[in-house]
Amino acid sequence: MTGAVIEIQSLTKRFGGTTAVDDLSFRVEPGVVTGFLGPNGAGKTTTLRSLLGLVKPTSGSATFDGHAYAELPDPLRTVGTALEASSFHPGRSGRDHLRVAAAAAGIPDSRVDEVLEWVGLGTAGGRRAGGYSLGMRQRLGLAFALLGDPGALVLDEPINGLDPEGIRWIRGFLRSLAAEGRTVLVSSHLLSEVQQTVDRVVIISHGKLAYQGTLDGLETGIGRVHVDAADREGLARALGAAGAQVELVADGLHVSGFEATAIGELALAAAIPLRLLVPEREGLEDVFLGLVGEGGEL
Amino acid sequence: MLRSLRSEMLKITTTRSWWVLALILFGWVGFNASVIGALGGVIVDQSGGALDALSIPSLAYSVVTAVGYVFPLLFGALASTGEFRHQTLTPTFLATPRRNVVLAGKVGAGFFWGVVYGVVGLVAAVGLGALVMQLTGVDPELGSSDTWALIARALLAMALWAVVGVGLGVLMPNQVAVIVVVLAFTQFLEPLLRTAAAFWEWTAAIGKFLPGAATDALVGSSIYSLISGSAADALEWWQGGLVLGGYAALFLIIGGLTTWRRDVT
Repeated sequence: MTGAVIEIQSLTKRFGGTTAVDDLSFRVEPGVVTGFLGPNGAGKTTTLRSLLGLVKPTSGSATFDGHAYAELPDPLRTVGTALEASSFHPGRSGRDHLRVAAAAAGIPDSRVDEVLEWVGLGTAGGRRAGGYSLGMRQRLGLAFALLGDPGALVLDEPINGLDPEGIRWIRGFLRSLAAEGRTVLVSSHLLSEVQQTVDRVVIISHGKLAYQGTLDGLETGIGRVHVDAADREGLARALGAAGAQVELVADGLHVSGFEATAIGELALAAAIPLRLLVPEREGLEDVFLGLVGEGGEL
Repeated sequence: MLRSLRSEMLKITTTRSWWVLALILFGWVGFNASVIGALGGVIVDQSGGALDALSIPSLAYSVVTAVGYVFPLLFGALASTGEFRHQTLTPTFLATPRRNVVLAGKVGAGFFWGVVYGVVGLVAAVGLGALVMQLTGVDPELGSSDTWALIARALLAMALWAVVGVGLGVLMPNQVAVIVVVLAFTQFLEPLLRTAAAFWEWTAAIGKFLPGAATDALVGSSIYSLISGSAADALEWWQGGLVLGGYAALFLIIGGLTTWRRDVT
């Protein structure tokens, strides 16, 4: 199975005077899990709703293999969607909620029972959805997304509200869906939530693209070296004289501007024996926060 | 289109509000038809000939629409506004992104359930009304073709009212507001307007286009026409049907071009 390529091109959406999404462009390829990250209010949901034809963009386009969602001949069989955990009638059972959608898409009821079983709602499916826990609603949303066995999945905060066992389950599930060749786009406001699941990330802030690429590419952005010696002051002087930025910390020095190799050579030249030399990567969370700026809620 | 209709039908049968409304409709219509059946003969006797032309059975049977039309109206309005209220427009439009197709499905399902309400109401009105008339010695006229024509036209009226409700709900997505408007208009404002309109000729000419008056014209008899005395210059039955259909079309078109097209956030 090969899922559709999701393409967002120069997408802008204004609500009155507020610009929710500002000239945003990115691409989501099949076969990998792509994380769509940004703090609350960054424009993630508006972007996804524009992609799904629920919100009309002010300008720009959002397509699946070049087609707008509304033009898809069989939308539920092409794209599976889980948007928010509350879009159901509280008096209708989870199973009936899915049957209503299945009827609209010409999907048989037998498939409804299949996906309910899949997401672990086999027994709860007959109960009124108003009594579901947040985790069960998330599972019902995921069942809705899987109804048409679609090649592309667009999931808005699917992990939010799941218990640890559910989180582990959905992580494995998303990876296996991507491994089958599907396009999987998962939004989250927490990097740590999807860090172990996603292969690529698209990070937005204030409606604009902040980063697009692999997680590794994000991580290697900024680095420093943690170094220490018995003669800490002498080492700091030597490194400072060579032009490095040195910060004195409790257990040594944080040096930036030089690779570990260069620092070792400088220490040798100054005849100061080192007792610690560790290249450190700035934490992913820090990089993420740096990218999304002040509004970052983590 | 057929898929959308099936989906809309399922939406109705998988929640409880339709049979709660049907139950109240049955009780209320049955009660009114019985009262008219029981007292109608006595009133005609005492009127000293003034009301001799009045058909007690058609008066009793037409309570289906005269007091019952508010039920398919509410039903249709709830079917539309419920989608906004419970945010089910999201899954609905995800499954059927062409919004006009969804609306057409709603109209179709609304029409069908309007007929169902018509059947429920008629079972109450004709069943209980005829029984009471039989007991009080009034001919229930069940063999008359006029009676059956009235029954058929009442079914059509109920179906049209459900579609008017669907349109009204799209026009006014706020569920609480639409319930208030429906109840205030049907139970208070319209009876008042119809009575007031009957005073002058020129107001009567406008008054017959009120939805309730159009319904009475369509069905052919009603307790309200009797009270306001406007039965003489009422619309033809088919004109009444067209007026009702016109209200439905007007609401659906305006709603379909405004709230139905809005962003779903």
